[in-house]
Amino acid sequence: MAKYRIVHYLNQFFAGIGGEDKADYQPEVREEIIGPGQALASGLGEDYEIVATVICGDNYFGENLDAATDTIVEMVKKYEPDVFVAGPAFNAGRYGVACGTICKAIEERLGIPVLSGMYIENPGADMFKKDVILVETGNSAATMRKAVPKFVNLIQKMATGEEILGPKIEGYLERGIRVNYFAEERGATRGMNMLIKKMAGEPFETDLPMPKFDRVPPAEPIKDIKHAKIALVTSGGIVPQGNPDHIESSNATKFGTYSIEGMDSMSPDDFTTIHGGYDRQFVMANPNLVVPLDVMRELEKAGEFGELLNYFCTTTGTGTATGSAAKFGDAIGQKFIEDHVDGVILVST
Amino acid sequence: MKLELGKIEINDIQFADRTYIEDHVLYVNKEEVESLVLEDDKLIGCHLDIARPGDSTRITPVKDVIEPRVKVSGGEMFPGVIGKVTPPVGEGRTHALDGCCVVTVGRIVGFQEGVIDMSGVAADYCPFSKTVNLCVVIEPKEGLETHVYEKAGRMAGLKVATYLGEAGRNVEPDTLETFETKPIFEQAAEYPDLPKVGYIHMLQSQGLLHDTYYYGVDAKQFVPTFMYPTEIMDGAIVSGNCVAPCDKVTTYHHLHNPVIDECYKHHGKDINFMGVILTNENVFLADKERHSDMVAKLCEWMGLDGVLITEEGYGNPDTDLMMNCRKVERKGTKVVLITDEFPGKDGKSQSLADTCDEATALASCGQGNMTLQFPAMDKVIGTQEYIESQIGGWAGCINEDGSFEAEIQIIIASTIANGFNKLAARGY
Amino acid sequence: MVKGIEKYGIPVVHMATVVPISKTIGANRIIPGVGIPYPLGDPTQGEGDSKKIRERLVRRALKALQTPVTDQTVFEKDI
Repeated sequence: MAKYRIVHYLNQFFAGIGGEDKADYQPEVREEIIGPGQALASGLGEDYEIVATVICGDNYFGENLDAATDTIVEMVKKYEPDVFVAGPAFNAGRYGVACGTICKAIEERLGIPVLSGMYIENPGADMFKKDVILVETGNSAATMRKAVPKFVNLIQKMATGEEILGPKIEGYLERGIRVNYFAEERGATRGMNMLIKKMAGEPFETDLPMPKFDRVPPAEPIKDIKHAKIALVTSGGIVPQGNPDHIESSNATKFGTYSIEGMDSMSPDDFTTIHGGYDRQFVMANPNLVVPLDVMRELEKAGEFGELLNYFCTTTGTGTATGSAAKFGDAIGQKFIEDHVDGVILVST
Repeated sequence: MKLELGKIEINDIQFADRTYIEDHVLYVNKEEVESLVLEDDKLIGCHLDIARPGDSTRITPVKDVIEPRVKVSGGEMFPGVIGKVTPPVGEGRTHALDGCCVVTVGRIVGFQEGVIDMSGVAADYCPFSKTVNLCVVIEPKEGLETHVYEKAGRMAGLKVATYLGEAGRNVEPDTLETFETKPIFEQAAEYPDLPKVGYIHMLQSQGLLHDTYYYGVDAKQFVPTFMYPTEIMDGAIVSGNCVAPCDKVTTYHHLHNPVIDECYKHHGKDINFMGVILTNENVFLADKERHSDMVAKLCEWMGLDGVLITEEGYGNPDTDLMMNCRKVERKGTKVVLITDEFPGKDGKSQSLADTCDEATALASCGQGNMTLQFPAMDKVIGTQEYIESQIGGWAGCINEDGSFEAEIQIIIASTIANGFNKLAARGY
Repeated sequence: MVKGIEKYGIPVVHMATVVPISKTIGANRIIPGVGIPYPLGDPTQGEGDSKKIRERLVRRALKALQTPVTDQTVFEKDI
């Protein structure tokens, strides 16, 4: 039987090339097993072979992110591996980020299963644990021996396509992906058991630790409103009649951009709402309740602000994943930069 | 307040020339039921169909699911909606036709009507794939205003369930259980050494297709109040039909509230179940603030040591859930939340629209964004023509043979946020 | 969505009924809407008054966009 093929990624230090002085080492591929690869190879046994090791200096990678990624992806592609493994990076920050970046790129571009590992406080962990399975290691290379069985097990599962179980069982950092399963007991029973423990002051485990939402610093205010271009955005599901872009009424996967050029008001003949989360009767009768075009036009004519952008952006907020919303925001922001928008009024229902 | 609940086990439904129960089979006079539904001049068509567990049958778009029950000791079911609002509600004796349901089906009112598959992979996610269902397929008059149509559909289901319940009036039930909650001081004194536990029951009250009725009162118009749990078993709360299908608390689920069931199971053993605090999820911030304040005050006033809180729906009701949690915890009452999650198709986004630091204990009812391949079925009760626009579907999700792909949101009660099911989500 | 746009340095005023959600998701300039089924206006008070309410809220939004903030700020009153 043919052996499963592995390509391994190391930085200059773990490849034995040098320390900080060699951190600008350019990507290089060697058809041999190097450094930590030895421990992996012996753990993996006869059916697996590390066919190549890619080496890159951490600084070179960090400073030439795109070029280095492209080069390394090409190097790996040639070997057609079954699994790509990077690191582990332990607590080395730049190395951790490099491992995460390259793993993510290889999975996306080549569709090959990828695996890396690092210490939970490595900055690369927070950046990539959602996208890449990262074996949880200690903060130094001294913990390699303990990490090897986890790597071996996950590499074997990835190579053979066996189901990868939860983070606690397999020893990887929780990715924050919510996966359904059928529990032993119904939710009400689990809730009651939790309550009895909580009231007694005994330890209990919640099914969902409260997430932390990230923040952006407030943007600078508009200095010259008389010449400012203002844009209207909504999550209230306002769309042209007939919903030409088929925006979903819940958990939207897209946003729409529709012209309001030459219009003085949002006419119910032209627009409706497809939002699945509220009583739509008022907004269907008067879409200005969500996209205040009538008032904006009057204020525009009165010179209260410079001009209104000639289109608005819209999606459905209800049940829409924060990940999708962030993507919409990013795409809309980019568009608004191109169209020289100075300020945005975003209306949610 | 004490209720005896007798369960008559029903294993099958069959059409017959009269309506009665014999040997665990419910026989139904089709014509009588149809003419009962058509008494309402808003409805111009009605036909009945039976769906059994294991059938290659899909029911959609489903509006509500109701278990037939009857008050055998005086009083009427669904007080304020079908029956009179006079006592005894929650007292005396009630018979339930256990194992069968009335399912109302018809052209969609909004996007919120769902799917029940009687077999196949989606059946694992739906409690009504395991019951024998009498499907009442209604056809509204052309041009009916949506609120009017919603009400006609809601009343049709409740009327049929009440009619069928009558068949159980003189049948000896297979099991008889007694549930009792005493007036507050007596109840507190009964088990002085056990922690006092309450249930904060949040009713969906967001307007059209997101309504619930308490003794016939639209839930968005009341302020938080106390209820004896047994009142709910007699139909004091009925569903206003819609909400995203997956976490729709159907009228069936009000009759079979799993948290109330759980509380009674532990009552007198390791908790002292004090009763239900009923509240709502309104669309104005002032309502949310006022009602969560009142819920916290009620907890304090009842001297509760702990509460379970359930919600219906997602999005802005998550704010009500978190406000209740925070304010109740600050009164010194320990809180456990029961709810479902919506982290996006890839499961990577935030599960809830709102959060608070006090929410340290949460029982998950699963996530509704996971997708599933729904196989084609031999028979469709209702119509599949709206699948793409029903919540959980999308443009192009349905194939010509009638199979489709959709989020499990589209399945009735798949992630119902009151802990009825075993489905849960965990971090990977 | 708010953060996605604001990240580009364009100020965003979030007009939303459920202020707690707006705060949780991280909007920096927030104006409370009237209600979920009608954030900008109140059709139950008639079309004329409803529009006046909308105008007041939109004017407040324009002011908010011109106001420097360092932290999440809810503009409860006209400025």
